[in-house]
Amino acid sequence: MFADGFGAFLTEFGPLLLEGVWATLAMTLISSALAYLLGIPLGVLLTITAPGGLKPNRTLSATLGWVVNMGRSLPFVILVVVLIPFTRLVVGTTLGVPGAIVPLVIAAIPFVARIIENSLAEVPAGVIEAAQACGANTFQIITKVLLREGLPSIARSVALTVITLFGYSAIAGMVGAGGLGDIAIRYGYNRYQDDVLLAALVIIIVLIQLIQSACNLLVRHIDKRA
Amino acid sequence: MKTAAIEIRGLSKSFTVNGEASEVLRDVSLTVAPGDIYGIIGRSGAGKSTLARCVNLLERPTAGQVFVSGQDVTHFAGRDLLDLRARIGMVFQDFNLFAQRTVLSNVSFPLEIRHDGAEARRARAQELLELVGLSDKAQSWPSQLSGGQQQRVAIARALANHPSIMLCDEVTSALDTTTTQSILDLLRNINRELGVTMLVITHAMSVVHRICNKVAVLDAGRVVETGTVADLFAHPQAAATRELLRADNGAATAVIATAAAATPTATRRPQHDAQEAGADHHVR
Repeated sequence: MFADGFGAFLTEFGPLLLEGVWATLAMTLISSALAYLLGIPLGVLLTITAPGGLKPNRTLSATLGWVVNMGRSLPFVILVVVLIPFTRLVVGTTLGVPGAIVPLVIAAIPFVARIIENSLAEVPAGVIEAAQACGANTFQIITKVLLREGLPSIARSVALTVITLFGYSAIAGMVGAGGLGDIAIRYGYNRYQDDVLLAALVIIIVLIQLIQSACNLLVRHIDKRA
Repeated sequence: MKTAAIEIRGLSKSFTVNGEASEVLRDVSLTVAPGDIYGIIGRSGAGKSTLARCVNLLERPTAGQVFVSGQDVTHFAGRDLLDLRARIGMVFQDFNLFAQRTVLSNVSFPLEIRHDGAEARRARAQELLELVGLSDKAQSWPSQLSGGQQQRVAIARALANHPSIMLCDEVTSALDTTTTQSILDLLRNINRELGVTMLVITHAMSVVHRICNKVAVLDAGRVVETGTVADLFAHPQAAATRELLRADNGAATAVIATAAAATPTATRRPQHDAQEAGADHHVR
């Protein structure tokens, strides 16, 4: 391990690892952002159409619930393969960061939708009722009460989503997406280069810790509940 | 005769739970005159909160009519419904403040949803915080306030749209005795100075005694007794009323003496038992 010294190792593999960091962060963060963009409206719909919700709708609620569950029950490896034609259609390639983002986003949308649903369920019913008693309409209750009051919980979920997608991105790496997971497997597993495997692992652990800490800091800043 | 602030006629409400209908309110009628502080008292489960929630249509009556300032609002929907709710302030047992908004932003919420300008909202909210004695807490978060302070913020929020009616649903039930007194005094001042008619839902006779001028006793979804507070304390008719008076002994004994001295024996019907509901409505 580090046969020619750490300096030599860095010279040889530093650029590769750095590129891996960027690829992983790009995949993870861009797909997380897109997943929230699309998952929040879906989570809101799940919440308000549920029985006892603001706009109960049995058919829509059941349909959405079914779609979300289906999306969540597919193992990610399989999803990546199944989505190959769709990915090619959307971004023109199945390789690299763009090729990975499509399946990552598709996998994360139902995940985020359920998280949002849970976060919004934490908003006390009495608070929603108070807004109704003030004469707020459904759209105002969603934007000014549900999402706003649910924000600390939603923010807390960001770390969960990002870290989950971080793990998924390693799987996407197996089918040519690049990134740290890909490097760990190609060099460490396929070529028995334990030093590269170890370096990739350490970087992954540090990044995950940083993501979690950043998220905790953010939550502490925005959560005014207690 | 003045138009009633709130008139409820033959109101019934039933909920379906697990396919079984349970009747929460049965044929309730009462009239609240402008300027009244009208108490609705009953044990828990008597249907008091449901009754209040039928006034701003948070609950839809199953049968009967609700009139607000002479207007039949029972079937209001859309814009009309939202406008109606904006005209009626509501305060709750658990305060129900927006935890992610400052005190100022909580109070100006009813104005924000009506698209008032930021400056007008801020000015009105400041004015109301002054009224409830919390002008120094404008930038605080609700979690930084005591229960009594939170309820004051909730009262200020309920007043933001200059409502003519306020619904107070067990507003002091989560508060200690001293805080309860100060909140009740605040409500009475608002009633006197701003002329806001109040419907006060409570299970405590002491609350009725302290601020209400009229009262209806609700038992198992029916009004079993209505009248002035003085008469109710002096000559309770329904069994449910006497039970509530016993439950709140301190308030009862304090008043019975004074009320009895002040009120000559009114025209009274013979007493009934609360269980024979239909024939059991005592109006004085």
